[in-house]
Amino acid sequence: MTALVDVEALDRWIREFAGQVAAHKELLTQLDAAIGDADHGANMDRGMTAVVAALDGSWPANAALLLKQVGMTLVSTVGGASGPLYGTFFLRMATASGEVTALDGQAFAKALRAGLEGVVSRGKAEAGDKTMYDALAPAVEALEGTLSAAAPLTEAPTEAPTEAPTEALTEALRSATRAAEDGRDATIAMLARKGRASYLGERSVGHQDPGATSAALLVAAAATALAQS
Amino acid sequence: MKKLINDPADVVSEALQGIAAAHPELRVDHQHKIIYRGDAPAPGKVGLISGGGSGHEPLHGGFVGVGMLDAACAGEVFTSPVPDQMLEATKGVDSGAGVLHIVKNYTGDVMNFDMAAELAAAETGVEVVSVVTDDDVAVKDSLYTAGRRGVGVTVLLEKIAGAAAEQGRSLVEVADVARRVNANGRSMGIALTSCAVPAAGKPTFELPETEMEIGIGIHGEPGRHRVPLAPARDVAEYLLDPILHDLDFASATGVIAFVNGMGGTPLIELYLMYHEVATILDKAGVRVARSLVGPYITSLEMAGCSVTLLRVDDELLRLWDAPVRTPALRWGL
Repeated sequence: MTALVDVEALDRWIREFAGQVAAHKELLTQLDAAIGDADHGANMDRGMTAVVAALDGSWPANAALLLKQVGMTLVSTVGGASGPLYGTFFLRMATASGEVTALDGQAFAKALRAGLEGVVSRGKAEAGDKTMYDALAPAVEALEGTLSAAAPLTEAPTEAPTEAPTEALTEALRSATRAAEDGRDATIAMLARKGRASYLGERSVGHQDPGATSAALLVAAAATALAQS
Repeated sequence: MKKLINDPADVVSEALQGIAAAHPELRVDHQHKIIYRGDAPAPGKVGLISGGGSGHEPLHGGFVGVGMLDAACAGEVFTSPVPDQMLEATKGVDSGAGVLHIVKNYTGDVMNFDMAAELAAAETGVEVVSVVTDDDVAVKDSLYTAGRRGVGVTVLLEKIAGAAAEQGRSLVEVADVARRVNANGRSMGIALTSCAVPAAGKPTFELPETEMEIGIGIHGEPGRHRVPLAPARDVAEYLLDPILHDLDFASATGVIAFVNGMGGTPLIELYLMYHEVATILDKAGVRVARSLVGPYITSLEMAGCSVTLLRVDDELLRLWDAPVRTPALRWGL
């Protein structure tokens, strides 16, 4: 399979995510003010700004190095729950990716799955707890599902072997984005069982989870940035 | 929202500069945002570190000094510090006797301290034990929440465990004292107003003039429910009822009764509240051994208060009475 997600593409994804976080900083903070402590936008923006600055000053040679740098920077700059959770997500992605210069669609999906598992082991969240997991998990499932459905086609002999997988990944990331956004919207009706919002009990119902919102931005940023490949 | 600040982004670092200038007996690492006891690491002594989001002053930095904490890590306002800070502080206070991490039970604080303890184990030989405070009865401790929050008991624990460490007790013994304090303390808070995180610039929640928020934490997060504004004697009951139902305080040798200001309530009201609290405790047959009244664990400019009761035996009381010299608590020296 043709390599689709190279270090440059990962770099584009992270920068796109940083741009999305900056553009939605106020929204993330407002959502957090309703059921948390009004700092998610500021914290994520501070972290992603530091990540971009770190990437500007270095040229990671492979996927593992780039993703590790992103994870370590987030752990060191974000604080709160989001720092360890997003940091662990990228650190686990780094380990799963390995020291390669590019990932194919399946390997990228596998790395995202490893990241998701890292979030679960760090935060102990389950489906329906009203957390970032509720956007990330459906996205990873949709990505895996769409890629494996497309896999038989890409393996068939074709005139343009490099285009089919590109399209398959682009389509899979689009469906992952839709799944993340649906998952994000579904958090509105949920009763929070993790994090600061859980202190509100019933009063957390009716509010969109800020963590699920930033996680949906992360998936959408991948669709935007990697479609340019 | 009116605030005495320069740039919202510089609030924490500029406050640390003020602490360094006002308290030359302390040492401030501005890069890592850590406040150290001037003589840290104290030879042979177990190191005590704590930390958390800023905006709760004097917690934790105001409790650094002889008889209490060896170091405090300051996070952004209402945001846990990062593992790098706790790791640095752990190395900075270790004299070979090990280090106790005092962590308030919030998702972010617990995760960041966990990562710091993992890093300390991997990168240094420092023995670290963590004790988590979770005394807030407003939150149900169940599988369906992040567990009770750590609030007022944290102040009492830092004092009592600090005294145990100052006596030269081992890490295991100091941690045991700390866990006993947490297990025997309960708290509950109320807000009359919200508060504004400097970076957000406006109040975290809206609270009408005629209402108060029961069961608040210390981060401007809304509480469990709202009730119409009531006289102080009713508020004292709202706060003490759930505390006295949660733990048997009447059978204890004595309790430390702590009325804490949330930041925006004047001392005259806190003393008035203390009178109401003491009256209810007297009727309930709870013997008050010591009291503490004042703003010690705050939520920026939030108006309101919390009440903490701690069951104490003779040993915990002796540790409470032991000398302490910090910016915010100071006696016996």
